[in-house]
Amino acid sequence: MEAIWFAIVAAMLSIYVVLDGFDFGVGVLHRFVARTDLERRTVFSAIGPVWDGNEVWLIAAGGVLFMAFPKVYATAFSGFYLALMIVLWLLILRGVSIEFRSLQDNPLWREFWDTVFSLASGMLAFVFGTALANLVRGVPLEETGLPGMPLFTNFQPGKQAGIFDWYTILVGLFALFALTGHGALFLDWRTAGPVQERSRIAARRIWTSLVPFWVIVTLATAFVQPDIFPNLFSRPWSVAFVMLAMGGFGGVFYFLQRNRPLAAFLSSAAFLLGLSATTLTGNYPYWLRSTIDPALSLTASNSISARYGLVVALGWWAVGMLLTIGYFAYIFQTMRGKVDINASDAH
Amino acid sequence: MADGLLWHRLQFAFSVTFHYLFPQLTMGLALLIVLFKSTALYRGNERYNEIARFWARIFGLNFAMGVVTGIPLEFQFGTNWSRFSSFSGEVIGQTLAMEGVFAFFLESTFLGLFLFGEKRLGPKGHLAVAIALATGSWLSGYFIIVANAFMQHPVGHVIGEDGVLHLASFRAFLGNPWAFWQYAHNMAASVVTASFVVSAVGAYWALLGTHREHAVICLRTGVIAGLLSTVLVAFPTGDQHGKMVAMHQPVALAAMEGLFEGGPYAELAIIGQPDVAQRKLRNPIVLPGFLSFLAYGTFGSTVKGLNDFPKEEWPDNVELLYYSYHIMVGLGTLMMLVMAVSTALLWRDRLLRMRSMLWVLLLAFPFPYIATTAGWWTAELGRQPWIIYGLMRTADAGSTQVSPGDVVFTLLGFVGLYLLLGIVFVLQFLKEISRGPAAMHEA
Repeated sequence: MEAIWFAIVAAMLSIYVVLDGFDFGVGVLHRFVARTDLERRTVFSAIGPVWDGNEVWLIAAGGVLFMAFPKVYATAFSGFYLALMIVLWLLILRGVSIEFRSLQDNPLWREFWDTVFSLASGMLAFVFGTALANLVRGVPLEETGLPGMPLFTNFQPGKQAGIFDWYTILVGLFALFALTGHGALFLDWRTAGPVQERSRIAARRIWTSLVPFWVIVTLATAFVQPDIFPNLFSRPWSVAFVMLAMGGFGGVFYFLQRNRPLAAFLSSAAFLLGLSATTLTGNYPYWLRSTIDPALSLTASNSISARYGLVVALGWWAVGMLLTIGYFAYIFQTMRGKVDINASDAH
Repeated sequence: MADGLLWHRLQFAFSVTFHYLFPQLTMGLALLIVLFKSTALYRGNERYNEIARFWARIFGLNFAMGVVTGIPLEFQFGTNWSRFSSFSGEVIGQTLAMEGVFAFFLESTFLGLFLFGEKRLGPKGHLAVAIALATGSWLSGYFIIVANAFMQHPVGHVIGEDGVLHLASFRAFLGNPWAFWQYAHNMAASVVTASFVVSAVGAYWALLGTHREHAVICLRTGVIAGLLSTVLVAFPTGDQHGKMVAMHQPVALAAMEGLFEGGPYAELAIIGQPDVAQRKLRNPIVLPGFLSFLAYGTFGSTVKGLNDFPKEEWPDNVELLYYSYHIMVGLGTLMMLVMAVSTALLWRDRLLRMRSMLWVLLLAFPFPYIATTAGWWTAELGRQPWIIYGLMRTADAGSTQVSPGDVVFTLLGFVGLYLLLGIVFVLQFLKEISRGPAAMHEA
């Protein structure tokens, strides 16, 4: 049961990364690839109808984590208090800036919210990267729980590391680059004209820079958390996730070269999905590794809820997911095609 | 406050109070939008579609505010109330997860379609999407109410050997009788809010003499829905909810009513100021026997007073609880009167010519917001000193490892951020109302 629910939470978080990831990427890029107000509006029409649906994956994953692993939820959230509050504020600013920008025609008003949108999106991508890196590196979990994590200490990933150290910052920057590349491919697929051209150029540059970056992050991970790769390869099926990530990465270059934006975007989705799944699988069964004493770690098996509630939840979760897949298929069917602001009721 | 409990409580109280200003309109308005759209389809009257589009814009803005201010609440269970989360997550987490999986996915996917897809969907498809959206928002309300009802009146759980709560009966948990009445009461109140807002906008246009046809439709719909919902909030939902409180939280009832000395023929205090130190109500105006009647059905029933309970079982803020409850009931009664008079004036369209009553409707729109907030404060303050009634005290629920300084920092951050959001929201709301429904086709 703990493996199933670990997988469910991991899957929902990975889907969140893929979906809201392109919103973040678009946020980072839009001030560069869309220059006139009309171009900007095109970009916002592409994400306006989907961003909050994407964000729901985070909320739903949080709810499921709360239900299935209450101790992890309580320990991690209170331990990472300040960092999570900053995430909340950024999520609020990101959300309202999309909604608020269109409310006034004043160019300064729009410039202001566009800047807020860019900064909040970029910082979110970065912070989510560091959050994942914290899970990989481990946290100073004691017998009495996780004392409030400092945002930073000496920037070394040792026993008393803060949320930000050189390793987590490196992963955060990698997340920022990868999600920006993902967003560029999204815009390449969803827009036309100059925005599409600029997005494609941006995508080529970012993805090229990701080649060495990915290698560095992988080496750093092996250095900081030597357990993760043997653990990953002790379960042969997890190679499938590694293949998905690598295949996706290759696919991005292959399809970018051949001007197939949708295929390139799906490849980058596969890359992110594979990478996130690989990391969480490599970390299984740990939710929160203790850097003080591995025996104090919170794992899937020592933090799982009682069986009855989880069996019931498995039933409704399956129904809910089928419905959700249905809605997503329906909305993609209805709203397919390039964004054209004259054809919709957008403002 | 060395232990930080006060700051944890203030932060949650502030962020949840601010948050709920938005969903209460969203849920009620969703229903009215379905009503406008189905009338448009049924009668073939394009005015109703224009009104639906106007309200959809308000709805969209309001919905976004609800979404962004809602996430911090779910997070705060973990960040600020970690002992509560560890203790009750297996049970309460069920409905929080279900809200995400069943309500939020439905709402968020269909909101985009609803706002941007009218042309692609056609009239029937668009109505169907509006219905889906309303269903999502009402479902969301139910899941949250079930979580709150568990905290008010826990059912369907067992305490395990590990000292935490486990789910014992999913059916009992979801079918909590407390949740049923609390939900009905809450949803009726959200229709009250939407009715007052729709009526106020109608009154504004009518007073200005602009958008005449739209003003008439908003006024008629708002006033009739307002009368029905204000009545439903009181009877049977408020009445039954009150009886639940009387049965399961008698000490909360005594504090709400400011009743220190219990007994048969208990008095219903209409007004008066509780003096907790002296254990009496100052300057009271009371109806003898009415509290006994409302709580238990006969005038002679015995109602326990606060003196019948040890002080450590009393809600820890009797004064605020007392006033919240009285403000809710007082405004509820006043709103029922306003809507009853306005509905009577609909006869031969007298309402439209009676500027004084239009002014009343215009200025009355804050009342449902105040009453609803006061109602939720009543529920939450009445539950104290428990976070889960009879199972866990609020004092034992906060995150001990979070320093008070951190909480003060984030509380101030929320206050600042929400002030900014609130100002932009209000300005925009006003601007939309001035633009009115006619401007809808400007792309």
